Amino acid sequence: MKRKMEISELIFKIIAYVFLIVFAVMCVYPLIFALSSMFSSYDALGEGKVILWPVGFQSTAMKFVLSSGRFWIMYANTLFVTFVGTIWCMVYSILGAYALSKKRLMGRHGWNFFLVFTMWFSAGIVPTFINYQQTGQVMAALVGQSDASAIDMKWLIVIAMGMNATNIILLRNSFEGVPSEIEEAARIDGATELQVLFNVYIPMSKATIATVALFFGISRWNGYFWAYKVTNDVGQNYSWPVQVYIRDFMEKNTSLTSSFVSEEADVANEAVGTAVTYALVVFSMIPILIIYPFIQKYFAKGVNMGGVKE
Amino acid sequence: MSKLLKYDDFLEYDEATGSYSMSQEQKVRDETERNRWKTTGFTLLKDWRLYLMLVPMIVVYVLWKYMPMYSLTAAFRYGTEDVPTDRFWSGISSFETVLVRNYSSAFWMAFRNTFVIAFYGLLFGFPMPIILAIFFNEVRSNVARSIMQVCVYLPKFISTVIVTTLALALFRGDAAGGSQGVLSKLFGVLSKSPILHGPTDAMKAEGVNFTGRLSLGLLYSAEYFRALYVVTGLWEHAGYDSIVFFAAVIAVSPTSYEAAQIDGAGKMAQMRYVVLPSILSTVIIMLIMKIGSLLSVGYEKIYLLTPSETYGNYKVAEVVSTWANRISTGGSAQKNQPYGMAAEMLNNLIGMVLVIGANKIARKVSDVSLY
Repeated sequence: MKRKMEISELIFKIIAYVFLIVFAVMCVYPLIFALSSMFSSYDALGEGKVILWPVGFQSTAMKFVLSSGRFWIMYANTLFVTFVGTIWCMVYSILGAYALSKKRLMGRHGWNFFLVFTMWFSAGIVPTFINYQQTGQVMAALVGQSDASAIDMKWLIVIAMGMNATNIILLRNSFEGVPSEIEEAARIDGATELQVLFNVYIPMSKATIATVALFFGISRWNGYFWAYKVTNDVGQNYSWPVQVYIRDFMEKNTSLTSSFVSEEADVANEAVGTAVTYALVVFSMIPILIIYPFIQKYFAKGVNMGGVKE
Repeated sequence: MSKLLKYDDFLEYDEATGSYSMSQEQKVRDETERNRWKTTGFTLLKDWRLYLMLVPMIVVYVLWKYMPMYSLTAAFRYGTEDVPTDRFWSGISSFETVLVRNYSSAFWMAFRNTFVIAFYGLLFGFPMPIILAIFFNEVRSNVARSIMQVCVYLPKFISTVIVTTLALALFRGDAAGGSQGVLSKLFGVLSKSPILHGPTDAMKAEGVNFTGRLSLGLLYSAEYFRALYVVTGLWEHAGYDSIVFFAAVIAVSPTSYEAAQIDGAGKMAQMRYVVLPSILSTVIIMLIMKIGSLLSVGYEKIYLLTPSETYGNYKVAEVVSTWANRISTGGSAQKNQPYGMAAEMLNNLIGMVLVIGANKIARKVSDVSLY
C-alpha cells in the first residue's frame, strides 16, 4: 500500500516536471531563436539551418539596426508614447479610482456603471477610428491648423488611447482595502484630500500601483493596431512607434507575409532582411526584458489582491 | 386627560385649547427636508476636491469611449453619396444588408469564425493554466519554480507584432527559397501536407500553381490556422493566467493532503478529492468570466495574420472586427462604414449579453463577482 502510493506520487512528479520544463522551454525558445538568428550567417538563414544556436556568425544585422537613424527615431517615439502615455493614464486612473473608492461619493454606483459599461460594450473599430480622425482634426484646430496631419500623431496616441477600465477597478479595489482608521488619523492631523491620497493611499497600494503601471506601460509599448491606423491615415511615417516599424520592415524585406520581396526593400536580399527583422525584434524586447524580472514579483501579488472583489 | 389621538409623532395636543399643533420634532424634520437640496449641495461643495478628481477620468471616457458609441448611430443612416453628412435615417437597412443581403455570406462567415476561434480558445486555453498551476505546486524547490514561472509569464508581455512575426518565421512552409521554419520541419515529420512537403505528384500533374501564397506557411493555410492560433494563444496567455489558479492551489492546507494520505489516497485521489474541491470556486468564476468574454477575440493578432482575402487562411480566420475594418478601409470606405458598424454592433451586443449573464451567474454561484 505504502509503496504503491509512493510510485503514483513519483510518476505524478515526473510528469509535472517534464511538462513544466517543456512548457518553460517552449515559452523562451522563440526568443532564443530570434537572438540566434540575428547573429547567424546569411547563408545559414537562407537555408533555414538555424535551430538553437547561431550558425556561422555575422554582426552586420545588428550594426544595421544600431546605425539606422530611422529605427532610433521609432524607438524614441515608442519611449515617448510609453512614458508620457503611462503617466497620463496613471494620473487620471489613480484620481478616478480614489474618488470611486469613497463611500461618500454621490452617485457612486452610477459612476462605477459608467466605467464598467465600457468593459461590457465597445463601439468597435469603425466608430473608434472615425472618433480618432475627428480628435485629430479638433487637436489641429486647437493649434490653429486646418488639417489633422499638422498634429504629431504621437500626441493623439498618448492622450486618446490606452484606456483600461479593469486597471481602474484594480486600483479602486486596492484603495478600498486601505483601513479607514489611517485616513481618519491623517485627517485629524489636518491632511487635505490630495495629501491623504498621496501620503496614505498611494504608499499603501504600492504593489497594485506598480502592477497597473506595468500593465499600462506594456500595452503602450506593444500597441500596434491603432498607432498604425492613425499614423497611416495622415501619412506620418516619422511618428510610427517601433512595433509599426518592425511590421513594415518585415513586410517589405522578408518573404514571411508574401512570396515576393517588395521592390521598396531597404536591404540587399531576403536573408539580410530576415536577420535584420530578428535584430529589430530583439532590440524592441530589451526594455521589457530588463524591467520584467524586477516587477514580476509585484504583479503576481497585485493581480491576486485586486482581481476579485467580494 | 389623556391624548385623544395617537398622532403624537408629528402632532401635539394642546389641552388648554383642545387643539392639535405641529410637534417641534416634526418642524425640525420638515426644515431638514426643505433644506435637503441645500445640504446636499453643501456636502458636494465641501467635497469639491473629490469630485474634481473624478473629472479627468470622466472626460477621457466620454471623449474616447462614449463618443464612438454615439457615432454608432451612423449604422442607422444610409446614403448613396460618399459624404457622411448626406446620409439619411434609414432604420435597420444596413443591418439587413449585413445579415441577409449583399454582405450576408461574408458576415456570417466572420461571425462563425469569431465563435469557433473563441470556442477553441476556451476549450484548450482554459484547462492549461489550471494544469500549470497544479504542476507548479508539485515543484518543491522555490528556485526552480521561480525560474519556470519567470519563463512562462514572459510571453504575456511580448507584443502581438513580435508574436506573429516569430510565429510566421517558425511555421514557415516549403517556400521557394527552401528556408522552412523550425517548427514546420517538426510538423513535417508527422504530417504529409503539401504545404510542408511541396506539391504532390498529382498536383504537379494537374498543374496546380504552388509557388504562390500556399507555400507561405502553416499560419496562412486553412487547415492549420485555427490550431496554430490556439497554440500561439496558449503560448502567450497560459502561463500568466495560471497565477490566479496557483494562488488557489497553494492556499490548500498541507494538513488536508496529510489527512488524505493517511486515508490511503494516491496522488490522483488527492487531486480529485482535495485539490479540485478547493480550487473549484476559482475555476468556476474564471470559466464564467471566460465565457463572458467569448466574443472579444483579439482582433490585432487576426489582423496581422490575415493580410488579404487571397490568403489561404482568410475563410477560417476573418473575425467580425477585422472584417468590419477591412470593408471600411480602402476604396469604398465611407459607403461601407455603416455596414461595418452594424456588424460589429451585433457582435458586441451579443458579447455584452454574455458578459452580463456570466457576471449574474458568478454572483449567484459564489457571492463573488468581478465588477
